[in-house]
Amino acid sequence: MNEQLALLPAYLTAHLQLTLLALAASAAVSLPLGIAATRVRWLEQPALAIAAVIQTIPSLALLAVMVPILATLQLQSIGFLPAFIGLSLYGILPILRNTVTGIAGVDPALKEAARGVGMTPAQQLRQIELPLAMPTIVAGLRTATVWTVGMATLSTPVGATSLGNYIFTGLQTRNFAAVLVGCVASAVLALLLDALVRSLEVGVRDRRPRLVKVAAAVTAALYLYTVGSLAGSLVGGGDRPISIGAKGFTEQYVLAELLTQWIEQETGQPTAQRQSLGSIVAFNALAAGDVDVYVDYSGTVWANVMGQTGIGSRAEVRSAVAQYLDETHGIQIAATLGFENAYSVAMRNEDADRLGIARISDLPPLGLTLSMGGDLEFFSRPEWTAIEEVYGLRLAEERTMDAGLMYQAAAEGAVDLISAYTTDGRITAYGLRVLDDDRGAIPPYDALVMVSDRLVEERPDVVEALGRLDGRIDVEAMRQMNLAVDEGGENPATVATEFLRSLAR
Amino acid sequence: MIELRGLSKRYGNRLAVAELSLEVAKGELLVLLGGSGSGKTTTLKMINRLIEPTSGSVRLDGDDVAALTPSDLRRRIGYAFQQVGLFPHLSVSENIGVTPSLLGWSPDQIRERVDTLLRLVELDPDEMRDRRPDELSGGQQQRAGVARALAARPRVMLLDEPFGALDPLTRQRLQDSFIRIRRELGVTAVFVTHDMTEALLLGDRIAVLSEGRMVQIGAPAELMRAPANDYVRQLLDTPRREAALVDSLLSTEDTA
Repeated sequence: MNEQLALLPAYLTAHLQLTLLALAASAAVSLPLGIAATRVRWLEQPALAIAAVIQTIPSLALLAVMVPILATLQLQSIGFLPAFIGLSLYGILPILRNTVTGIAGVDPALKEAARGVGMTPAQQLRQIELPLAMPTIVAGLRTATVWTVGMATLSTPVGATSLGNYIFTGLQTRNFAAVLVGCVASAVLALLLDALVRSLEVGVRDRRPRLVKVAAAVTAALYLYTVGSLAGSLVGGGDRPISIGAKGFTEQYVLAELLTQWIEQETGQPTAQRQSLGSIVAFNALAAGDVDVYVDYSGTVWANVMGQTGIGSRAEVRSAVAQYLDETHGIQIAATLGFENAYSVAMRNEDADRLGIARISDLPPLGLTLSMGGDLEFFSRPEWTAIEEVYGLRLAEERTMDAGLMYQAAAEGAVDLISAYTTDGRITAYGLRVLDDDRGAIPPYDALVMVSDRLVEERPDVVEALGRLDGRIDVEAMRQMNLAVDEGGENPATVATEFLRSLAR
Repeated sequence: MIELRGLSKRYGNRLAVAELSLEVAKGELLVLLGGSGSGKTTTLKMINRLIEPTSGSVRLDGDDVAALTPSDLRRRIGYAFQQVGLFPHLSVSENIGVTPSLLGWSPDQIRERVDTLLRLVELDPDEMRDRRPDELSGGQQQRAGVARALAARPRVMLLDEPFGALDPLTRQRLQDSFIRIRRELGVTAVFVTHDMTEALLLGDRIAVLSEGRMVQIGAPAELMRAPANDYVRQLLDTPRREAALVDSLLSTEDTA
């Protein structure tokens, strides 16, 4: 718990940066647009419709879609910018809608009176319509505030640090203290910011200058701190830290820690981690040079990026991937760690024994009586298509679930099969068995330390240090490290430290 | 002072006001009398351009109002209407001082003017000044509304059934106050009502409107003496008919 709380200032600051700046941007767009929509009739419907459409996009998808869009525009595609833009778009609707309803809802008699006493249209807006619509507009602002604080926790997968780092990492590594800290902190933050906006509103409405002053001062202080800390981190100074990426599962957290400690130990270079990135996000970020190094798997690149459906040996796939990455994406392989983390089909030992199943090719006759749990991407991956085709496998049910919960679901019999990762220590810990891919439908998944050309050019010493990890981690070592985090409740950093210590011996 | 010439307003196929021409002399109070849909309110609002006419013109002191900026025009004309329209987020004094403040009067001038007006409409300045409109009774709100219309010393006032929504006793008290105020200030006024008694009580002259057309215009006595048609005659007769009806009802009760 204490080591989680130590991360709080950094996560909270980053979360505030995202939330407050995105809210300011939402308001800066939607207030003028809302006012314009009440003056220019034809504008109202399209403006509200577009804002509503943005709202119907699932929030995580909205953030994720920013990554390729920004990459196409040659802008920073992971980190602060995509999260900031996604959050800003999301906050538009409540403020816009409430501005329009608030102004449109002003009693016509008051609008007539305002004209009757000789106000110009601008004076009517400023002195009568806006003050009277203020409670409604503020209500929209409060909705946007609470939404944005909540949704900012989802910016972790696009590489922006937030309180979501607690939640994503915690869920993956089964560290529920981290999840709890993340949830409580963001809930408290949402309530505090909501109360702040509320007290501004009450102060203005009831003409309580003290309250207005205090609330405005707190708001101003928060913005100053936010902008100041953001500017500080942008200007930085000194060496650019080596940016280490991690996708959203335990092994990746451990490996990111391992790379971090290794680079710091071997080269003394400062590093920064970007955790819980989506698979495609991480790859694109590396190709764009926003991330310097992360570990990916040869089969993932082979199937997902290159779109290959055939299968080769470990060495064949590895060299084809290396050539492809170099030629098309400016990515080099600094080291092949030595283990494979392949997708596999796993089931409970007792079920396998009872049904007499050892290989995937034993499954098809029973297929329609079986259900399978897969991680968030499994059923849409080419590997699954390959398994379905090569084995002619048809199942009764395919259930997508969080990878962290998959093993437990299998152990409890909620599903019969899961898409287990071969390095996952929970396979043995939960009494599961990996079924033999006897017809070779699943490509090899060598863990590769991938680096950007930019890093090769700028920091050859780091790339060289990474090269010394080649072949140093075997599948059993990786499984033990994963198990220590998933089941032993240990911290990925601690596990990585212990492993590096054992390497040195 | 006010001159309407060939004034028409068309909404789609419907002619709300048709070819209306009349003049209001300086210091005169003209009542526009008619039922709902007679075009009386539309006519009134075309004078301060809350409604733009389809054709025809309005002149104020010889100036065509169409050539003036609407907000400038309205600051010269006091406007009071049935819904009052006091701004709920402003105090009574801020409501009354709104036009002077738009005209750039100094705060001291405005404060003094507001107190004078509050006394004029028989509201206690010390008690009322800082209240919010929702803390006022209907009659008090209407008084404040009249004070607001008078705030910038307009030479012309437009009143659209200002006392229409009040109970009879309050209405009578306000009518009395209004007669006194007008005598004191001598403003030119156009007053819309559908109430014959009110028209007779307040109007120097009465213009009777029906379906957008002016049926007759003249001093109350002229209308009484020579009503232009049956409609005018019936209209003029209403107060008396009502009184007779009340008498007969009461006498039936007596005998019962």
